[in-house]
Amino acid sequence: MATQGGTAMIAAPPPSVHLAPAEDGASAVASLRAALAPALRAFGLQSAVFLATLVIFGVFLLIIAGKNPLAVYADMWKGSFGTRFSQGATLAKAAPLMLTALCTALPARLGMVVIGNEGALLLGGLTGVVVAQLFGPDMPYVTIPAMLLGGGLAGGIWIALAGALRQFRGVNETISSLLLYYIGLALFNFCVEDLLRDPTSLNKPSTVPIGEANMIGAIQGLPAWFPEMHWGLVIGVVLCLVAAVVMDRSTFGFAARVVGGNVKAARLQGLPITAIVLITCLLAGAAAGMAGVVEMAVAEGKANASLAAGLGFSGILVAFVARQNPLAIIPVAIVFGGITASGGLVQRRHELPDATVDVFTGILFILVLASEVFANRGRQS
Amino acid sequence: MMRTALCSLLAAALLVASPVRAEDTTIGFIYVGPKDDYGYNQAHHEGAEVVKAIPGVKILEEQKVPETLDVQKTMESMIELDGATVLFPTSFGYFDPHILTMAKKYPAVLFLHCGGMYDAAKHPKNVGSYFGYIDEGQFLNGIAAGFATKSGKLGFVAAKPIPQVLRNVNAFMLGAKLVNPKATTTVIFTGDWADPVKEAEASKQLIDGGADVLTAHVDSPKVIVQTAQERGIHVCGYHTNQAALAPTAYLTGAEWNWGTVYKAYADQIKSGAIAPDKDWGHLVRGGMKEGFVKMSAYGPDVTPEAKAKIEAVKAQMMAGAFSIFKGPLEDNKGKVVIPAGTTLAQTDPVLEQMSYLVAGVVGDTGR
Repeated sequence: MATQGGTAMIAAPPPSVHLAPAEDGASAVASLRAALAPALRAFGLQSAVFLATLVIFGVFLLIIAGKNPLAVYADMWKGSFGTRFSQGATLAKAAPLMLTALCTALPARLGMVVIGNEGALLLGGLTGVVVAQLFGPDMPYVTIPAMLLGGGLAGGIWIALAGALRQFRGVNETISSLLLYYIGLALFNFCVEDLLRDPTSLNKPSTVPIGEANMIGAIQGLPAWFPEMHWGLVIGVVLCLVAAVVMDRSTFGFAARVVGGNVKAARLQGLPITAIVLITCLLAGAAAGMAGVVEMAVAEGKANASLAAGLGFSGILVAFVARQNPLAIIPVAIVFGGITASGGLVQRRHELPDATVDVFTGILFILVLASEVFANRGRQS
Repeated sequence: MMRTALCSLLAAALLVASPVRAEDTTIGFIYVGPKDDYGYNQAHHEGAEVVKAIPGVKILEEQKVPETLDVQKTMESMIELDGATVLFPTSFGYFDPHILTMAKKYPAVLFLHCGGMYDAAKHPKNVGSYFGYIDEGQFLNGIAAGFATKSGKLGFVAAKPIPQVLRNVNAFMLGAKLVNPKATTTVIFTGDWADPVKEAEASKQLIDGGADVLTAHVDSPKVIVQTAQERGIHVCGYHTNQAALAPTAYLTGAEWNWGTVYKAYADQIKSGAIAPDKDWGHLVRGGMKEGFVKMSAYGPDVTPEAKAKIEAVKAQMMAGAFSIFKGPLEDNKGKVVIPAGTTLAQTDPVLEQMSYLVAGVVGDTGR
């Protein structure tokens, strides 16, 4: 089945920049400037978008909600980045989003639109519990990595199924990954409420706990002014960086982009398209599966309905706003986390509904996506 | 090590020495769903409104906070940014591990949780838990339904087959049976605390199957009550008063009365009887008698005969002379679950592990 034309558009920036052979020393400065120019332009564009969001949302606050926008913005700042505590809350919300966003961003390089992130997350978290049970509480330094690997594998297989259905059966991966989410949720619920249920968990059915020793805790020994953060954030940032290197700097990533750009050309080149699709889906699902392990092991320490909080779905949004670029996912997830983190303060201090900050996110992200269209048009003309 | 110990001793001494906090006590309420959901969260919000009216108390409210790391951040945010010293995180799943984690981190803050899960042997002193015997309300609902039904078929839309829910289903059935021995109750579990689509489907399915009185145990029974009104059958409310949604269909309802409970807490906190470093009634429970639960005003279709019976049973409950669960009692598979001669008091912990549906209930707990 050929790649859909529409999805190829959002797949990747034109590959020309990174593919250029190494220049000689004299032009190094010029090439650096040339490389920085798009970044600067992007920064300028994003700043304009952010200002426009502030204005539009401000008008919305003033006219529809009858509130003073400046006071609301002051508290949004305070609740997201303004205090050490808020920074910690923001980072805690951003960490899982980095991982779930990769689940959509990696296959996007192949021109695929995967949206079944939540299913991979749930099965990953569940598998993490099973691994912790097998390994016991005595060697967390082995158990925790094993939980992450096991959860990653489970999530990876789940998304690879969607890739396999596409390669072998011609099933659209967007639909199949969404349907696989529903199957994954049902499987998760069955395990939590029946097969793996801790008989002592009466009114909130849960699996047996992984044990205090196997919890993924806060990072110790940070300077006092540093916001609190847990190891999940490190995993998120590192995987985004690794994904960026793999997708932009390796032959595998190059091959993936060729498949995403023109599947016929890729076939003519003799690229192993099916293998590339399956491996990419496996890596993508693994990121979401690890998000499930992290979320499970940071707070609950057991799998239950709390894990199905929609982080997989938010990841889709983050990936699209980051234009499927693994590096851009890091700041986008932090901004998204910050806006969400500020929601409580906005609710409490201004008696605004909880959806208020969602409106802000909506305006911001629509403008970001729209600005890309304008920017591209400007470049082409 | 020594220095840390000294420092914390000093800090503790300062805490004890500081005078009872002056006027403004900031109390935070956290809800898992919308506070106007005609259900679980609205019941707590109505309780918060009572506290709000107490002079010298400032309340904070935050809704739709999931039972994840998010609720820990919300609790911390209320403490760190808004100076809350008392928190009411109201959802069942907030307790373990979220409240317990935060209670250890903030020992000077009181955490009061709805669910009745406090264990003095394991849990910190600045934590308390409360819950109500709302099955008493469902029993009275059952009496109203038993009188109102013509088909003898009652319907129950429930979230999950967990002990708290099963206890309500069984109490409803036993209430109906008291006045209508042939009545049966069909229960449908939606599997979710808030899933209006499945709840609407379940209601229609029950009505199509012949049920002419519905009740529910989900977070927001709104769509179930509305469906009953649209289809011209009757309905008994749950959590809070839903009469406004079904002016003619509504019979009565089992409501929480958190206003009474929260005001009592607030008064004792203000007087200093409850403090993070003291021993106090960490675990409180109550039913009709203690004012933890109440009934909605009767709808237009409740007959005088039904009213008289409900009031008579309620009077016995108020006098503490009524038991819902007593032997001989069989489950719906024919197994004796409470032998003849045994009467279980509402406080009996056995009731909190209920895993069966009583005879007359059509449905399966899945276990």
